[in-house]
Amino acid sequence: MKSPRMRRVVIKDMALELSHLNRRFTGFAALNDVSLTIAPGEFLALLGPSGSGKTTLLRILAGLDYPDSGSVVKEGEDFLATPARERRIGMVFQHYALFRHLTVIENIAFGLRVRSWRSRPSRKVIRERVDRLLRRVQLEGLGGRYPTQLSGGQRQRVALARALAVEPDMLLLDEPFGALDAQVRVTLRRWLRELHEELGLTTVFVTHDQEEALELADRVAVMNNGRIEQVGPPEAIYQQPATPFVCEFIGKVNRLTVRKQEAGLAAGDWLLGDDPWQGRYPEAVAYVRPEQLRVAASSTQPGWEARLRHIYLAGSVAHLDLYVPSLDQALEADVASEDLSRLGVQAGMDLRVAPRSAVLFPNDGNGNALSEERWIWQARSPVPA
Amino acid sequence: MRRRILPGFGISLGYALAYLGLIVLLPLAALAWKASGIGFEGLLRLLSAPRTLAALRLSLGGALLAALINAVIGLLVGWVLVRYRFPGRRLFDALVDLPFALPTAVAGIALTNLYAPNGWLGAWLEKIGIKVAYTPLGVFVAMVFVGFPFVVRTLQPVLTALERDVEEAAESLGARRWQTFFRVILPMLAPTLLTGFALALARAVGEYGSVIFIAGNIPMHSEIAPLLIVQKLEQFDYAGAAALGVAMLLLSFLLLVSVALLQRWSNRWAERTS
Repeated sequence: MKSPRMRRVVIKDMALELSHLNRRFTGFAALNDVSLTIAPGEFLALLGPSGSGKTTLLRILAGLDYPDSGSVVKEGEDFLATPARERRIGMVFQHYALFRHLTVIENIAFGLRVRSWRSRPSRKVIRERVDRLLRRVQLEGLGGRYPTQLSGGQRQRVALARALAVEPDMLLLDEPFGALDAQVRVTLRRWLRELHEELGLTTVFVTHDQEEALELADRVAVMNNGRIEQVGPPEAIYQQPATPFVCEFIGKVNRLTVRKQEAGLAAGDWLLGDDPWQGRYPEAVAYVRPEQLRVAASSTQPGWEARLRHIYLAGSVAHLDLYVPSLDQALEADVASEDLSRLGVQAGMDLRVAPRSAVLFPNDGNGNALSEERWIWQARSPVPA
Repeated sequence: MRRRILPGFGISLGYALAYLGLIVLLPLAALAWKASGIGFEGLLRLLSAPRTLAALRLSLGGALLAALINAVIGLLVGWVLVRYRFPGRRLFDALVDLPFALPTAVAGIALTNLYAPNGWLGAWLEKIGIKVAYTPLGVFVAMVFVGFPFVVRTLQPVLTALERDVEEAAESLGARRWQTFFRVILPMLAPTLLTGFALALARAVGEYGSVIFIAGNIPMHSEIAPLLIVQKLEQFDYAGAAALGVAMLLLSFLLLVSVALLQRWSNRWAERTS
C-alpha cells in the first residue's frame, strides 16, 4: 500500500519515461534502443537529420506508431496501452493536416465536437473557447475562412489552436515550421516559445534545423541512425558535444587531425600540450568552431600561417575562408564584421590563426573515434578576442 | 490581354463550341423538332398514359437507387483497392472495368441466365421467395452492374491523394473511427462521390441492352422507358418516340442539375479558393 504522501508525489511527477525503444522498418532500424525521460513542463527538441528516427519517436508518443520493443511509462502506467485519442496529446503536423472542408472555427472546435455528449462542452462554451484560441493565435476575424484561404503561417497557427483546444497534457510538433519561409519561421518560433512560457505545457518538437532547436528548447536530444547521441541543454550540446556526430551536426565546425609527437599532441604548428590519454592513442580528431579560431595579422602570435582566400560577409558576421599550407587544409574562421577593419584584413593576405578551444576524440586505430574519451581543450593563456 | 502559357484560346474555344453544337446539341434539337409533330395535346395524352408513367418511374427510380448502391459499394471497392495491398489486387482492379467493356446484350443475357428461376443464383433465391429475373428487381440489378465502374474510377485518384495525416490528426483529437470517416473522410470525398454518382445515374437511365433481357418487359411492371421508345419506333410512331425521348431527356437533365448543385455545395470549401 502506498501512503497518501507517496501518492501525492506520484501524481505530481508526470514525467514520461521512455526506455529501450526499438522500431524496425523493412531494411533499417528507425529506433535503436532509445531511452529518454521527458520532464513535465519542459520544452524538448528532437534534433537530427532525416532518417534519424526523430519523427518515429514522436509518432510513438502520439500513438500513431508503436515500437517493436521497449516501454513508455507515465505515472506508473503503460502509456503505449493508451489509445491515441485518450492520450491527451495535441499533435501538430508538418503539413498542417487541417480539415480543408471545415472553416477555421470548425477546425479548432473539432476535438471538442467529437466528444461523447457526456463530456462535450455546451455550444456556448465551445464557442467561447474557440474565440479565446483565435485571439491567442492572433487570427481574430479569420474564423469563417477555409484553410485554402490562409497563408502557411496562418494555417500552422490554426493547427496549433486546434491541438490546444482539447486542453492536452503534452504538445507534440512534427517539423512545425518546416514548410514555412524563413521570416515567418523565425516569428512563429519566438511566438511558440512565448506560448510555452505562458502555458507551461510539456512540448516535444521534431526538427532538423539545429538553430531552431538551440534557440527554442530547454533540452535538445540529438539523434542519429535511430540512436540518441546526446541529450542536454543547448549550451552543453553546443559547447560540450559528446560525439563527433554532434560536433559536425550542430553548427559549423573545422575538423583537424592531431598526431602524437615528441612534445605532445600537435597539428602542424598548433601544440596542445599535455596528452590526457598519456600516449595511448597515436591520433585524434579535433573539432574547432569557426568562432573559436583566433585570427591576427601580426606574425608574432603563435599558430598556423594561413592565407586568406576570401571574405564572405554575412551581415553581422564575416566568414573567412583560410588556407593553411602546413596542414594542407582549408579552415573557416568567423569574426564580427565590425572587427574586420580593426584587424585590417583583406583577401589575399597572410595571417596567423590559432584555436581558442577545441573538442577532441582519440582514434582507436581502426578509424573509430572514441566518444567516451572526449577531451575539451582550452588555450592556456586567456586569449584576447 | 494576359499572356497564356498555351496559345490558341480563341481557336480552341471556337472548336470546342462548334463540336459540342454538332455532336450534342444538333441531334437534341432534331429530337425536339421531331417531337413537336404530335402537338401539345398528343404530348399530354402520351405522358399521362399509365403505361408511360410506370415506365418512366421504373427507369428513373431504378437508376437513382442503382446509382446510390453503386456510390456505397464503389466507395468501398475504391477504398480497398487504394488502401490495401493484397495478392490479386491488380487483377481485381482490372475486373472493375469489365462492365464497360462487355457488350450490353452479353451482360444482359449473362445476368438473365444467372438470375432466371433455373439459373445458378435464381434457383437459390427462388427458394427464399425472391424473384430477380423478369421483375423490377432484375432491372435494378442490371443497372447496378452497368454503373458500377463509374464510382470506383472517379474516386480512385482522389482516394490516392487523400493525406493520411488528416486522419491521424482526427484520431489524436479524440475522434473515433466512425467519426473520422463521417466527419473528415466522407465530406472530403463528397464532390467526387457525387460525380461518380451522376455518371452511374446517367448510364443507368439510358441503359437499354442489358436491361431488356432480364426485365421481361411486362407492361406496367418491368418495362423501362427506352423500351417503350423502341416499341413506338417499330410501329413507325416517330413523333411519339421522339416526344418520349424529350420527356426522358428533361427528367434526366433535372436530376443531373440537382446532383451538380449538391456537388457545388459539398465542394464550397474549394470554390472560394482565391
